[in-house]
Amino acid sequence: MTTVDASVRAGIGTSPRRPDGTLKVKGEFAFSSDLWHEDMLWGATLRSPYPRARIRGIDLTAALALPGVHAVLTQRDVPGAKRYGLEIVDQPVLAIDEVRYQGEPVAIVAADHPETARRAAGHIAVDYLELPPVTDPEAGELLRRVPVRTGDPHATADVVVTGEYQVGMQDQAFLGPESGLAVPAEDGGVDLYVATQWLHVDRKQVAACLGLPEEKVRLSLAGVGGAFGAREDLSMQVHASLLALHTRRPVKMVYGREESFYGHVHRHPATLRYEHGATRAGDLVYVRARIVLDGGAYASSSTAVAANAATLGVGPYEVPNVDMEASVYYTNNPPCGAMRGFGAVQACFAYESQMDKLAAALGMTPVEVRIRNAMTAGSRMPTGQVVDGPAPVAALLARVRARPAPPPSTLDSRELPGGVSNTTHGEGVVRGVGYAIGIKNVAFSEGFDDYSTARVRLELIAGEPAVLVHTAAAEVGQGLVTVQAQIARTELGVERVTVATADTSVGSAGSSSASRQTYVTGGAVRAACQAVRATLLARVGGADLMGDKIVNAAGMVVADLAEALGDGPVEETVRWRHRPTYPIDPETGQGDAHVQYAFAAHRATVDVDVELGLVKVVEIATAQDVGKAVNPLAVVGQIQGGTAQGLGLALMEEVQVVDGVVRNPSFTDYLIPTILDVPPMAVDVLEMADPHAPYGLRGVGEPPTISSTPAIVAAVRAATGKALGRVPIRPEHITA
Amino acid sequence: MRVNCTVNGEKRQADDVWPGESLLYVLRERLGLPGSKNACEQGECGSCTVYLDGTPVCSCLVAAGQAEGRDVVTVEGLEFGRVQEAFLEAGAVQCGFCTPGLVVAVHDLLARNDKPSDPDIREALAGNLCRCTGYEKILDAVRLAAR
Ligand code: FES
Ligand code: FES
Repeated sequence: MTTVDASVRAGIGTSPRRPDGTLKVKGEFAFSSDLWHEDMLWGATLRSPYPRARIRGIDLTAALALPGVHAVLTQRDVPGAKRYGLEIVDQPVLAIDEVRYQGEPVAIVAADHPETARRAAGHIAVDYLELPPVTDPEAGELLRRVPVRTGDPHATADVVVTGEYQVGMQDQAFLGPESGLAVPAEDGGVDLYVATQWLHVDRKQVAACLGLPEEKVRLSLAGVGGAFGAREDLSMQVHASLLALHTRRPVKMVYGREESFYGHVHRHPATLRYEHGATRAGDLVYVRARIVLDGGAYASSSTAVAANAATLGVGPYEVPNVDMEASVYYTNNPPCGAMRGFGAVQACFAYESQMDKLAAALGMTPVEVRIRNAMTAGSRMPTGQVVDGPAPVAALLARVRARPAPPPSTLDSRELPGGVSNTTHGEGVVRGVGYAIGIKNVAFSEGFDDYSTARVRLELIAGEPAVLVHTAAAEVGQGLVTVQAQIARTELGVERVTVATADTSVGSAGSSSASRQTYVTGGAVRAACQAVRATLLARVGGADLMGDKIVNAAGMVVADLAEALGDGPVEETVRWRHRPTYPIDPETGQGDAHVQYAFAAHRATVDVDVELGLVKVVEIATAQDVGKAVNPLAVVGQIQGGTAQGLGLALMEEVQVVDGVVRNPSFTDYLIPTILDVPPMAVDVLEMADPHAPYGLRGVGEPPTISSTPAIVAAVRAATGKALGRVPIRPEHITA
Repeated sequence: MRVNCTVNGEKRQADDVWPGESLLYVLRERLGLPGSKNACEQGECGSCTVYLDGTPVCSCLVAAGQAEGRDVVTVEGLEFGRVQEAFLEAGAVQCGFCTPGLVVAVHDLLARNDKPSDPDIREALAGNLCRCTGYEKILDAVRLAAR
């Protein structure tokens, strides 16, 4: 029996302050780039200037001769596995005889000053034989093809719309660069302090490359300056550890912004060809689609991204006949992998653009055609999986539609397209409104053993009950530290909760990605608290914990909580799993691949200067079902932050790659939205409990990123009448 | 070279400064003040914002030598007050990497204009990138601090 104490202060459903907030506003929070150690050296990385080349030789003499240089290492110095990878072990720690993308690490240096290390890297002479890069994915080697087929592949329909869509390469552009500190340990191992999304998967890969048993590689989470998928793959982890073990000195590595663009994977660029068929009444009959994703030089998480694009590729609609294929290829472009939305973003831009085309062809409004075809609880996905939780697709669309329209723009130039550049006083400015809705899977899919581990200790500190929660889950900014404490308060009725620093001395928590941590680590913390409670009750023969009293089955108080803890702390460690998922059939894509589905809808209102092609987003309204808002303030923060990233993809963000070479690796040339670009964002949060999830909650982080892009593009189309099949939209697409 | 300046009210001296080092580097790596952040080191993100003789600047763009004899105030040197409180209360902090620069920028804005309109706030913070929040809660924080 587990009564949950809803009265405890700062439990679930409330928005207590972040435990790390005070340090953050004072500038005292230690991010991974802030670490310092007596005697530490600085690491630097030499990267390939070419997207594809053979390495004929490397001469380290000049670099080693520089005063202040302590080590210069190449792949020969990697003692263990020379390659690593999340799903496929294909990426070299340091290039082996060839380079396959521009920016691939070739050699590493440790020196006593970061500038000395960078200069030494510049003194390494690499003899490259340049080779022609493969930059067109369809000319590259196939990495994975995911078909999803259901119903009649030859179905026909009265009304047919087709389209080809393209999505550019987006960067996660977290602000805290890749960085960390590796400290050699007495036992021959290494202690690594690093910003990552998943400590244990890093440890596994680092240990393999160092040729060390996992227990000799200990990771602690250093402060993480944002993640958004870019910290799923290794960056400097093995390099810093190698240098530290080699020099027997602590080694710090911090990427600059340019290097950061080479140091992590990006969102897959995609070409999506779609055909939708519907009855004259507006019911979808079929969707046929071919999605081509550019995986870049190494696999990273491409195989899972392709699966998401395929399985979620028709959107949150009921479609009886589906013939879908998503394919991802190796090229010599920058490696692509995880970014918030993970395959669902690219597909959503295409299917929502198609739904608008269909609405136009049918003479319906965009919201009408969507609501008419909206999936509901009990609908079947094209994979055959039944959506067995709430699916309030129609309700979310109705919510954003019902919002009052934003007022017409004032003539304050700061509120017009072009903003402070003062390019218009209102002439040539046209308003447009667009809608979109998306679907995202929550947590890891396709049969992955996706668990989290929590250790919870309840004890007396200075006579007062206190809880210590310890997991390895990465706080990346989303507020997981707050949520873990909230759950412990609710479950144990104890207000004083501390969340320990995440490290590998406790079991894996899985990744801070796929919108999964509140669900999975939250589930683990809840389960561990319940185990603590059961142990405590057994200790005194109680049946329930009511506030600070333990009562028996008859409701009589048998002990005070403090009394029961007088015999010592109660500690339990629990490994918790969500319900299983299953692989999909490789030919038909049929299977219950996903744990949970999440939905968000957007309405975007834009003003477009149709003469100059400049767009000002006036307002974005979001409605999202979160099942249960465990921390309402953090939920809204995720929705607004995610929506803004979708705005970036719609209007400005693209890593420009020409012949395999990145042209804009800086914040001067890769633009992310500023406070002038992001409009007011009204948010409607629905809480329709998912019966399968802890507290009924639903993953929150990704859905808002998925549909804000197509909503904005739809609004720009409405204002301009242009087809706009590619994101990001550029001014010339509007003026052409 | 040697650089002498006043930092957060104290006379400080940094030795062996290499001429290419920025004020940001000296603060972070030589004076033990890593509160100012290093998200771009190109003047684009504002995460390194400090006061230099009372004016907010991107410390990544200030050569260490230019700070000689001058007065620097970093986020660590600001008194904890309504700005920091408002950031916490409004939920304007997620990863927090932009926060030190924003706290300094908002501190400066409110010192110049204690009732900023939304366009005023947006204009004043246009040089401070945040990748996590979408800025809405940052606007809330400024409005709250200005109340
Ligand atoms: S680090 Fe100085 S502006 Fe970005
Ligand atoms: S809170 Fe992460 S960049 Fe602003």
